[in-house]
Amino acid sequence: MNNIIIICQKELKSYFVSPIAYGLMAFFALISGYFFYIATGYFVQGSMQAQMMGRQMPMSINEQILRPVLMNLSVVGLFLIPMITMRLFAQEKSSGTIELLVTSPIHDLEIIIGKWLGALLMYATIVCVGMLSTVFVFVYGKPDWKPVLVGLLGLLLQGGCLLALGTFISNTTKSQIVAGVATFGVCLMLWILDWISFEQTTFSKVVAYLSVVTHFEPFAKGVIDSKDVIFYISMIVFGLFLTSRSMESLRWRS
Amino acid sequence: MIKVEGLSKRYARNVAVDDISFEVDKGQIVGFLGPNGAGKTTTMRILTCFMPPSAGKATVAGYDVMEQPFEVKKRIGYLPEIPPVYPEMEVSEYLHFVGKLKGVPKGDLTKRVKEVSEKVNVADVSNKLIAKLSKGYKQRVGLAQAIIHNPDVLILDEPTAGLDPKQILETRQLIRGLAGDHTIILSTHILPEVEQTCEKVVIITKGKLVAVDTVQNLTNRLKGTQAVALEIEGRNTTLETAAVQSLLAGVPGVARVIVRDAKDNRIQLEIESEPGKAIRPDLARAVVQAGWNLNELHTAGVSLEEVFLQLTASSKTTAQGDVQ
Repeated sequence: MNNIIIICQKELKSYFVSPIAYGLMAFFALISGYFFYIATGYFVQGSMQAQMMGRQMPMSINEQILRPVLMNLSVVGLFLIPMITMRLFAQEKSSGTIELLVTSPIHDLEIIIGKWLGALLMYATIVCVGMLSTVFVFVYGKPDWKPVLVGLLGLLLQGGCLLALGTFISNTTKSQIVAGVATFGVCLMLWILDWISFEQTTFSKVVAYLSVVTHFEPFAKGVIDSKDVIFYISMIVFGLFLTSRSMESLRWRS
Repeated sequence: MIKVEGLSKRYARNVAVDDISFEVDKGQIVGFLGPNGAGKTTTMRILTCFMPPSAGKATVAGYDVMEQPFEVKKRIGYLPEIPPVYPEMEVSEYLHFVGKLKGVPKGDLTKRVKEVSEKVNVADVSNKLIAKLSKGYKQRVGLAQAIIHNPDVLILDEPTAGLDPKQILETRQLIRGLAGDHTIILSTHILPEVEQTCEKVVIITKGKLVAVDTVQNLTNRLKGTQAVALEIEGRNTTLETAAVQSLLAGVPGVARVIVRDAKDNRIQLEIESEPGKAIRPDLARAVVQAGWNLNELHTAGVSLEEVFLQLTASSKTTAQGDVQ
């Protein structure tokens, strides 16, 4: 446990001493601010129209502002993942520092979980910075805060599962670029898999089920569905398991 | 302290280490010698539990590298060929990090980092980013990293590679200073390094063990004959190489005369004696009587370099013989 924290601290620190953390935070804040502006704009327009027509329309800040913003962020999050995970192992392997970690008296799994946790905390920081703009709806309106927290939890779970896959991919190569591109490809695939759901065959249902974004939708609504939580957690375990296998195989092949 | 028995490592297509056995006693400095690609790094990686062997057994401080890697890792300090440093960290921060990884108790950590930094002379850069350090400093930080947890065994993979001559001397001194407290294995392909730093030599080529012995024994082994280096200068007359050669070859006890260099009316020679004959007095007399200046005369022991070349060359021929 202690070793996990040591590795995690080191990872987190190395993000923040390089410009990458700040760059990603700024980029994410900008994008999410833009989405927030658009969603609020539509909301205001809609409520004005309703007033002018003199008709009662159901308006909800949660449904009409926060939910689309969360949905968009979950997709933009897919593009952040490769930038966070690509260096995790690839860099250590190309610079030779992996030899230090592997010859230290700590378990492979401690290294892997430490690194994954560091990446997850980095991702959480970026997402939280991105969510800052939503503070305005709390200042000027009275939305329910619980669905927002559920949405954040969903973002973290979804991020965690993609980060675990990214960690695995980074472990399979020495090149950060290769790791980044491959992770990006996997993230993209896992997003678009659900587009096949216009078909009603069993196969397409299974394929669509693997899409990470489908499982995020309930979270954006403020619903915690155990099915989705289990999906994300099992994906995380699967990704970290693959990483540990990959590390072991490197040891035998190297 | 370290015991290697019948160690082999096969990769997919080639054999990197083939049936190596040797032992290292506590407190010894052992040179691991071989040309590039001989399997030095592979053997070291097996000892440090970086990779498992394909066959054979290796124990460090009584613990098997396969069965109790944790106990082995706790007792080993390892400096890979490229120092495993994080460029984005400061020196003291890095040493703290490694100390924690290696399980140095929290209370001792700061003290230990300070001690180690002073020992390897990096205390003056302890607040600098590792990225900004020169190669020599990085190497020393790497060494500091290896000894931070005061391990019984130090394994250093080419610790002087890529350093300038002054840094090489400093690093060698440093390593010699570490002996006694630690058992040290260092690999190198530079022979003088072994002659100067090590007590015992393990020579391997192409994954095969060629010799395990002390430096002294190895050089003596091929030293039945005595070699004498001479420099002769012509006085008033021009020196003729052939004349010199034939005259010196006539001195009793001389087996062979080799001309090393001839220029500016000076000739450098190397003369080998027949086994067990002292030829220096006769040589000096012969030169002076012939009317030449005797600029230099000293015994040249067979260097480890020659031993090494002879050993590795002979193993090559036997290997080819096997194939045929």
